[in-house]
This record gives sequence, structure tokens and C-alpha cells, in this order.
Amino acid sequence: MRRVGIDVGGTNTDAVLIEEGKVVRAVKAPTTEDVTSGILEALAKLNETGVVAAKPVDAVMIGTTHFINAVVQRRSLSKVAALRLGMPASASLPPFCDWPADLDEIVRGGVWMVEGGHEYDGRPFMPFDAEGVRRAAREMKAKGLKAVAISAIFSPLDSSHERQAAEIIAQEVPGAVITCSADLGRIGLLERENAGLLNAALADLARDTIAAFEKSIRDSGINAPLFITQNDGTVAEAAQAAKLPVYSFASGATNSMRGAAYLSGLADAMVADVGGTTTDIGQLRNGFPREANSVVEVGGVRTLFRMPDLYSFGLGGGSHVSLDPVKIGPLSVGYKLMKEGIAFGGKQLTTTDIAVASGVLGIGDKSRVAQYDAETCKRVFAEAKRMVEEAVDRMKTEAGDVPLVAVGGGAFLIPDELEGVSKVIRVEHGDCANAVGAAIAQVSGEVDQIFRDLTRAEALAKATEIANDRAVAAGADRATLKTIETEDMPIAYLPGNSLRVRVRVVGDVAAA
Amino acid sequence: MQLRDLTLDDIESLAVGAWILGTGGGGSSYLGLLNMRALYAEGHRVQLMQPQDLADDDWVAAVSNMGAPLVGQERLTDSRTIARAVQLMEEHTGYHFRGIMALEIGGGNAIQPLMAAAHLKRPVIDADMMGRAYPEAQMTSVAVGDLKPYPLTTVDVRGLEAVVEKVPSWKWMERVSRKICVEYGSIASTCKAPRTGAEVKQWCIHGTTTKAIKIGAAVRKAQKEHQDPIAAILAVEPGKVLYKGKVVDVDRRATEGFLRGRTRFEGSDDWRGTQMELDFQNEWIVARLDGEPIAMSPDLICVLDSVSGENVGTETIRYGQRVTVIALPPPPVFLTERGLHFVGPRAFNYDIDFKSVFQS
Repeated sequence: MRRVGIDVGGTNTDAVLIEEGKVVRAVKAPTTEDVTSGILEALAKLNETGVVAAKPVDAVMIGTTHFINAVVQRRSLSKVAALRLGMPASASLPPFCDWPADLDEIVRGGVWMVEGGHEYDGRPFMPFDAEGVRRAAREMKAKGLKAVAISAIFSPLDSSHERQAAEIIAQEVPGAVITCSADLGRIGLLERENAGLLNAALADLARDTIAAFEKSIRDSGINAPLFITQNDGTVAEAAQAAKLPVYSFASGATNSMRGAAYLSGLADAMVADVGGTTTDIGQLRNGFPREANSVVEVGGVRTLFRMPDLYSFGLGGGSHVSLDPVKIGPLSVGYKLMKEGIAFGGKQLTTTDIAVASGVLGIGDKSRVAQYDAETCKRVFAEAKRMVEEAVDRMKTEAGDVPLVAVGGGAFLIPDELEGVSKVIRVEHGDCANAVGAAIAQVSGEVDQIFRDLTRAEALAKATEIANDRAVAAGADRATLKTIETEDMPIAYLPGNSLRVRVRVVGDVAAA
Repeated sequence: MQLRDLTLDDIESLAVGAWILGTGGGGSSYLGLLNMRALYAEGHRVQLMQPQDLADDDWVAAVSNMGAPLVGQERLTDSRTIARAVQLMEEHTGYHFRGIMALEIGGGNAIQPLMAAAHLKRPVIDADMMGRAYPEAQMTSVAVGDLKPYPLTTVDVRGLEAVVEKVPSWKWMERVSRKICVEYGSIASTCKAPRTGAEVKQWCIHGTTTKAIKIGAAVRKAQKEHQDPIAAILAVEPGKVLYKGKVVDVDRRATEGFLRGRTRFEGSDDWRGTQMELDFQNEWIVARLDGEPIAMSPDLICVLDSVSGENVGTETIRYGQRVTVIALPPPPVFLTERGLHFVGPRAFNYDIDFKSVFQS
């Protein structure tokens, strides 16, 4: 297996080549405004030795923050037609009802609400109103709207009304790009609908960006299928990812954790990714980051995305340091470290200056930081240690010591001995862990729904079957599928032994 | 008589404070808050009336949204449905309600009377029947007072309306109305048995809307100013910190339509080296420190995020969360022998004698 992994971050675009489980080469290039020329440059650097072109590449995996940045920065978003099936329920809380005003203004193309949807037990809530949907579709067409987000009550349990509506809209609105909320998972109408609206707003950008990715891969002479990495550390085929860009939102952090797992050979460990301004700590379980199980806000919009559960705190290579008393961060000089740090002729004392003074790092001008004696450096490192220990303890999910993998440019701030940690592990190519994580990504399938009148074992088996089918549909090789997460929760108040089951399976990318 | 105008900021605080008074249950108040934001944007306003300003022969409506919180996440609460339940009760009884009050101040149901009040242009009465959230219909101050449990109206947004005309007890009301609710899809807007002004003055728990607003405002202010939100709550309420620690185990099971289980914590700060167990039945019921019961219903047991001060519910609490457990004093009506019969530890099948955290 030969794969190229690319991580398009805010500052750097990293690229790695992995062959038969080993990192052959890893490079960095500056990220560019248009994203694609940065990728081209990184790929050119990767192939400087001719190593990429020497043999065929099986797959290229790209992780990017492009889509989440578009939402956060309110740019390149399409107007969206929102169609909700569920009248007469929920009418006082229509689509967009909890959006920030500025984003609402940009994205809202129109709202249509018609009868339909289901009950928690699978009964129809109201019969599907085909005529109402057709009328809505014609009005969307008249307004020139092409991006459509459809939501229906309890569609994660029964998506048939959303699918029927999508068919009607496809007939009535030629060229419509349709997002069904059932494809975005979880129970929680408002949050699922919000995800659908964001997804529809990104549809044009996703199509263009992924087409540009494909072009830059081709232009660099690589002939291999393109995959886009997802929030949960897996990948989707480029065509699938172009339809569901919201699933690629948080892939940067996930990739660095997955990369750390791969480079260290550990499937269960804590990972500390120390950047310039913050440290992200997360926990690997079965080689994947543990997910946050709550509401996640993206650009001010509530969603229920599958995102890694990370704890971020202000400890990084550029963090400000004050000495009396010792305090680190949360302010940071960030990318200006090489100008503002004392060891580089600047005025701001940073953690990197302390590392230079104590001889941990051999960069900058050591004479400029000579006034910081060994005792002072020790106190600053002790504070960094305390901060990391507290964060590790916060993120741990079981008692007992666990190994910790330290990656990122500021990993020197992590000491070799930490309370609650059995061993601190440092890995080669740790500074490109994110691109490595992209290169090794797998394909997943997930289910989260309520099962009634089944034993717990039957419900789990049924859920696993659905998740397996979804993974195969997303490009996985069925023979390699394994379940990496199951969670079940009895539902208070509902009759008939209702059990909410969440199952996630992953597998290798199927050979083309 | 003075009516207090509730500002939208008051209602934002109410949502935070009511969720805390939910003592782990009661459901999130977020969707109710969204409804109120929409109503205020349309120009609706709500006023708060003190119970002592009611005439003895005034009639007061008591409302709640009944059902599964999970269904409420898909069939979003609509402000008009609860207003319709109140109207239906007026049509059925011929009464004209002077004001509208909450069945329970804990959780999402704290906002329901405000939605009805906005549509029907009546004041909200600053009182409820639980002072918190409880899982069952007979766990109220009016049941302690042995007041009439019927009639009850139930409304489904599709135009389904049913009246429970007569039942011999609060327990029967719980059973019959629960059946209707399940048939509706496990969610129903309900107007409980109407109360006279005299009954509200004698039996209901006064000032709870104001109390929830005060708690919520304290937490929000502390969050904004990066102060300790727990200390802020204790500055406005005579509560006690029971424990600080981290969740190390959550065991949930659904039995007889309730979410039951136990959460275990490991201590930090002054509680390092100790263990707490907190049992729940939709709401937090009994707290044990190193095996010894130290707090129990009807004392209010609240589990709060140690950093944000926000409520942590029994449905969402998970391993690793840093929490502070506090107790708030219970309404005096539940401290009587009859009160403890309805909501004391034995009402939840614990063979322990009630001892309040606040007994000296």
C-alpha cells in the first residue's frame, strides 16, 4: 500500500508518503490563499527525490480546514432553500431560528414547511404531503435557489419522507443540490437540520474545492483516487465528501491524533498536540479519537457533528511567560515567534526562550536569554508540567496510568515524567502527524437510532448490520470492517423497552 | 398590585436557573428559550404576578409539557400548543384564568407558562408545585395538600385534544394521563387541575420563577466576568457545597418508564481521597459520601460543571466531567410528615430516614 497524505492547515500544508506502513518522506510548504498551489508545492517537494513518481500511488488523502473556515469567515456560501417535513409540529421554531443574524442573512434563501415526518416508534407523524413539496419546489425554482436542505421529524429512524421529497425536488428543480438531514445522523431535529443547512450552503464550494484538489493531484502527475478525511478520522471518497462537506470540518485535529497513534503504534493512549498557541489533548480509543457527545457550535450554529473530544488550553511554543509568579499563556506570539521572542531579538518572553536558555532547544541566540538561570527555567517547566497533568487528568476516561504521545512543534514542553502517565512517547515525523493521520485514514459507517421490542443483543446486532452497510456504501472493504464503538442507552418514558443504540464501524478503503 | 415586566434577559437567566433547579432532570430549557426569543421579537411581553396578589376566588392554570425529553428533541415544543391546553381548560370548565403557573420550575417546564402567557395575555404567577423537578404527578405540593387532582387537559399539535374528567387520586391521574401521552407520540401539552387563588396561596411554592432568574443571572454574570459561578450561586441562595470531583462511572437503566441509575465520583480539593455515589430516578435522589447518605430528596441536589456552573443532567452526565455537587434547601411543605411521604427517600424506595443537609 502506497499512500500520500496531505494536511492543509492554517499555516502549513504538510505532505507525507507512506509505503508498506512506513513514512518514506515528509515535507512542509506554506498554505496558500487558493489552497491548491500550496498543495502543488508540497507535492513537488515530496517528489524532489523522485520517490513519489517511482511507483504507482494507491490513494491520496487530503485533510482540510477549508470548509469550516468558510463558515467561520462567512465566505463562499450559497443561499439555501430549507424544506422541513413535520407540520404541524415545531412550527414556532422554523429552520434558521437559532442562527446568528449575519450568517442567517447570507445563507437563508427561503423556508418551506409541509406535513410529514415520523414518530419515535416508526408510525408516520403525518402523511407525506407530496403536493405541498411540489409547490415548494416550484417556488424554490422561481427564486432561483439550487441548494436545498431537507429535514423531517425522526428521519434518522425513517428517512423515507426526506427521500421522497428529494425526488420531487430533483424533478422540479433541474440541477438542484440536495442535502437530506438523515445523511447527517443524530436525533435532535434542530441540530441535525442546522448541519443540513450548513452542508447545503457549502455544496458549491465543496464541489469546486474538491475538483481543484483532483486537478492539483493530476497536475502533479499522481494517478490515484482522492479521498477526503472526515471529522472522525476516517475518509470518504472525493465524490461522497463533496456532497457532505460538513463531515470534513474538524479533520485537522483528528488527523494529528490518528497520526500519533500510527507513528507510536499505540491504539489506546492520550495524545498531546502542542502547537504555537495551544495544546490539544485527546484520548485515543481503538486508534480513533474519542468523540464529543454533545452540542458543538460551528460559526455560532448548534450542531451535533461527530467531532473529537479535545481539551485545548493555552500552552504552546509561543506562549507568553511571566515569572513573578510563574504563569504561562494564554496569550501567545503565535507565528511571530521568530521576531518577537527574546532569543530572536524580540521583547516577549516565551516558552521557547526558556527552552533555549535551558539548552532544551538549540535555536535562536542563547546569549540573549542568559539572564534566565537554571532555577528559573525549572520553575517554568514545572508550571508547564502542572498544566499538562491537569489536562491529562481531565481527559482520562479510566483510572490508572496511560501512555501519552507528544506531537507538534511545541512537544518539548511535555516533560518525560508526568503524573497519571505511564510513559511519554516521542515519535519521528511527529511534526507532520496530521498528514500521516490523513494518509492512514479508513472508511467508517455509523448508526444512531432507537430500537424497540428487541433484546439488547438483537438491537446491537441490527445496528451493527446497518453501520456495516453504510461503511460499504462509503467505500469500505466489507471483509476488513470492525466495530470500534458501541453505546446503548435505555430511553426514559418511552414504552416497549426502547433502546437508543450508537454503533460505529471502520474498514480499509476497498481496492478500486 | 405590582406586576413585574419580564425582560428577555430575565428569561435567558430563567432558562439557566431552571435547568439547575431541575436537579438533574426536567429536560433542557433551550427550546423553550428559543420560543420566547421568537415571541419577544414579535412584540409579545410577559409579566410576573406575585401569588399573594391573587384574590381567593381567582382561578389559576398550571401547565407542563409531559413526555419523553428525546421526543421533545424532534417534535420541538410549540408555544401555541401549551396556550391551547389552557384555552381548552377554560372552555371545559367555564373559568377565566387570572394567571398561569408552572407545574415544575425545574428544567424546560419552567418556560411553558411564559409561552402560554404570551399568547393569552395573562400574567405568569411566581410559583410552582415542586420547587424543582420530580418524576411523578403525585410528587407535588398540591398532592401533599390533598387538593383535587382533576380535570386535566391534554393537547397534541395535530388537533388531538382530550380531557381527563375525573380520577380518584393523583396516582390515577399519573396513570391515565401517561397513557394518553404515549398515544400522542410520548409528548403532550397539558393543563393540570385548575387552582383557586386561595389554594395557590396556601399550597403552592412561592417565588420560584424569581428564584430561578436570580440563580441564572448569578451564573451568567460570573461566566461573563470569569468569576467562580458556584460561589455566585451560593451568594444568592443559602446552599451548601457537598462535593467537588470527577465522574468515574455512570450506570443507567430504564425501568418502569424512568431513567434510574447511579453515578460515582472521585473527590478533588477538600474531598481528595473520598468517593461519592449519587443515585438518580430522572432526578438526583440520594447522595452518599464514602457509603454514608449525606443528602437526599426533598433537599435539592444539583450537579454543576465546576468551570461553567451550568447544570449537568442525569441523561447527559458522562465519565470524566469535573463537577461540583451542591444542595439547596427544599420547600418547607415537603418537610412535613405527609410531604416526606410523597417525596422523601422512602417514596423512592430507600429505607433511610430523611435528614436534611440544612438541619443543624
